[in-house]
Amino acid sequence: MKTTFKLIMLLLSATFLLSSCGNNNGKSSGSDGALRSSNAEKVYVAPGEHDEFYAFMSGGYSGNLTVYGLPSGRMFKEIPVFSQFPTSGYGYSEETVPMLNTSFGFVPWDDSHHPDISQTNGELDGRWIFINGNNTPRIARISLKTFETEEIIEVPNSAGNHSSSFVTENTEYVVAGTRFSIPVPQKDMPISEYKGNFKGALSFIKVDQETGRMAIKFQVLMPGFNYDLSHPGRNKSHGWFFFTTYNTEEANSLLEVNASQNDKDFIAAINWKKIEEYVNNGGGKIMPTNYAHNVYDEHSHSATSTMIKEVLTVDPTEIPGAVYLLPTPKSPHGCDVDPSGEYIIGNGKLSADLTIHSFTKMLDAIENKKFDGDAYGIPILNFEDILAGTVKSGGLGPLHTEFDDKGNAYTTFFISSEVVKWKVGTWEVIDRKPTYYSVGHLMIPGGNSRKPFGKYVVAMNKITKDRYLPTGPELEHSAQLYDITGDKMELIYDFPTHGEPHYAAAIPADLIKDNSQKIYRLDENKHPYAVTNQSDAKVTRNGNEVHISMSMIRSHFTPDNIEGIKVGDKVYFHITNLEQDFDVPHGFAMIGANTSEILVMPGQTKTILWEPKQVGVWPFYCTDFCSALHQEMQGYIRVSPKESNIDLSWSLDGE
Amino acid sequence: MINIIFLSVHQHYFCVKYKSTIMKPATLIPILVFAIVISCTNKNHTDNKTKGNTIEQNSKQEAENQGQASITDDISDSNALQVAKSLPDFTTLVTAIETAGVENSVVNVGPLTIFAPTNSAFDKLPSGTLENLVKPGNKEKLAYILKNHVAPANYPDSQLEKEAEKGRKLYMASGEYLNVLKKEDGLYVGDTKILKTVKVSNGWIHVIDDVIIPTNK
Repeated sequence: MKTTFKLIMLLLSATFLLSSCGNNNGKSSGSDGALRSSNAEKVYVAPGEHDEFYAFMSGGYSGNLTVYGLPSGRMFKEIPVFSQFPTSGYGYSEETVPMLNTSFGFVPWDDSHHPDISQTNGELDGRWIFINGNNTPRIARISLKTFETEEIIEVPNSAGNHSSSFVTENTEYVVAGTRFSIPVPQKDMPISEYKGNFKGALSFIKVDQETGRMAIKFQVLMPGFNYDLSHPGRNKSHGWFFFTTYNTEEANSLLEVNASQNDKDFIAAINWKKIEEYVNNGGGKIMPTNYAHNVYDEHSHSATSTMIKEVLTVDPTEIPGAVYLLPTPKSPHGCDVDPSGEYIIGNGKLSADLTIHSFTKMLDAIENKKFDGDAYGIPILNFEDILAGTVKSGGLGPLHTEFDDKGNAYTTFFISSEVVKWKVGTWEVIDRKPTYYSVGHLMIPGGNSRKPFGKYVVAMNKITKDRYLPTGPELEHSAQLYDITGDKMELIYDFPTHGEPHYAAAIPADLIKDNSQKIYRLDENKHPYAVTNQSDAKVTRNGNEVHISMSMIRSHFTPDNIEGIKVGDKVYFHITNLEQDFDVPHGFAMIGANTSEILVMPGQTKTILWEPKQVGVWPFYCTDFCSALHQEMQGYIRVSPKESNIDLSWSLDGE
Repeated sequence: MINIIFLSVHQHYFCVKYKSTIMKPATLIPILVFAIVISCTNKNHTDNKTKGNTIEQNSKQEAENQGQASITDDISDSNALQVAKSLPDFTTLVTAIETAGVENSVVNVGPLTIFAPTNSAFDKLPSGTLENLVKPGNKEKLAYILKNHVAPANYPDSQLEKEAEKGRKLYMASGEYLNVLKKEDGLYVGDTKILKTVKVSNGWIHVIDDVIIPTNK
């Protein structure tokens, strides 16, 4: 009896432990109905443990970029990019105001859409992430070391910067295409004369491999279509870039009808290596223009904005063999290229089917001149000669496609609200899962690279409805996480996302987490008003400008008593955080400031402007609960009448 | 994680136990340990500290590894505990801190001012005192004595001089107050001389050569 019992116990224990370990590893096949209840374990990241992936979700109309963990769906950070962010003072502090400068002046908001992580040899390398501002065309570069926006470049001759910001496979270029065609250069003309006169600029922005600095190398001035989305060729098609178009009708009003007349629009195939060679040999035409290039320096902790007055433009008809048009049915939206680089997928948003072009066939059609006319002198390739296949999906309204590492593709369908999994090469549909809530983009970590990490797909839904507790008419959008390790996709979790995520990009955490910045070194601080030692704090007056060079450390400001400020002064607080300890920021807020607070990282200097309007003694304080004596971290400023002759003075504890 | 598995198996055991009273815990343990070793090998558990250890040790380590005291990086300035650990003169103090389980408090953002007794300061205590204090049952008493050396405040030596001039006492984490005096040969706190001052990321360490026993005890 005893022996039998022991044996049973052993078997029971072993079985239980083995199966539970399998679940903890997330290795259990999602298609096994008996283990369906393990979904919670698949997304559970225990307190103190870390997620497997960083996911960067575009903020859409928030103008920013949010950082989440996968699979937990926990939000780690909102990175301000195109929008003022009073939380940190971005776009309010004197140092960061230049980041939002444009040829239209200071523009404190944008609509951020398509983040893309830098690549080397077609694989994610985790150096930077790029994102486009749609409304006032801009491309931003964000450091994946500091998680701060380091650079924003405006894109001239562009409007509705939507087919952006995708990188080539060695991050040679980040590409920005115009959605709205416009007069180039801009001029006063009747809107009705759009057709044949407007242009669509596709901008190739060179990326310096050391610094990441961006510079517009050339703009291809294409016919006046709408350039919707784009993706780079990769692997065998490296050197090409593909853009979907709609409104090849060149309608300028009621596009929902007038831009849906043609049975087929185009995917524009751009041989950028050929154009690069052309411009390197002196080709192209320099056009006068005006755009801003804004760069943030992490040592001076300051941004500068430079206006650039010209851009190199290229007429595609002047470079034989550089640009072709691939006919693609029904106003294609997403333009996606599989990891091998062979297949270019056009998602006709009014269609039930996906059109897949073959890169090999495309080259063959070009070589054998299998043309079907031209558009404004750009050859149109014969549809049948380049077609690799069609996915008969059974859904309606395909938008975007991503790929896993097992030869499968996943396409979202807006109208039929579903994700459809299909086999690359055979075009057969393998699985479909409803998303219920009008899905837009979807994202697989590394899904826009040679090397996808096919563990999860995140579907980003436009609608939320009843998915979470209601919060009035405005709801955060819902993201849905699917386990795609099995044959069938399995919905394992959903979570709200901030703003309106359009596209997203994710990367294994191991590729970047160890590089994450912890502090800024005080001895590298080159800010002109930095105070690297408490005893160097000072206050100076220059006319009605007062500059307060102040330091902070647990748990006081130096100085914390200041007198001699007058109504009508412009008071600049230049504040240095003397801490050299990870995760110890201090904040600064001044009563009545018409700006924001500033949140100052260890070793950093930031400046905020205060214009006192009332006589009195006014307090300031630390806004970040920095220490046990945080509430004591405060100070006073005496503001005297404009005509008063009280001398400027400052002190800490009477000294 | 290992804890959870252990508990789960334990539940199995209890379920079975209700049906039959034959199994004794003693006979069960080897089976459990065996099963757990297998399961951990399968799991590729990343925490190599758990390998080959007993269950109790594992769970203790996992618990201790949580909190700010276990975090290190190569760029931040060192905090009070890291500095103390790096100096040979403070091995007794560090042991006492660990025994009292107050590591996470000593690395807290503070600000903290720590009057740190050297090894020789502990040696001056009446014989048996230290041995008695580090016994498990005296954890709270030990923590109380250690807290009597920590002020939740920012007191560089310049500030201590001011406190001395103004006759202000230092409020310590133990709840007691310490006198600070300026004498000809230097600053004294709780009747012992400050030998040296070190800036640490979360405040200040002042080195002293006596343990400051709380007056209320």
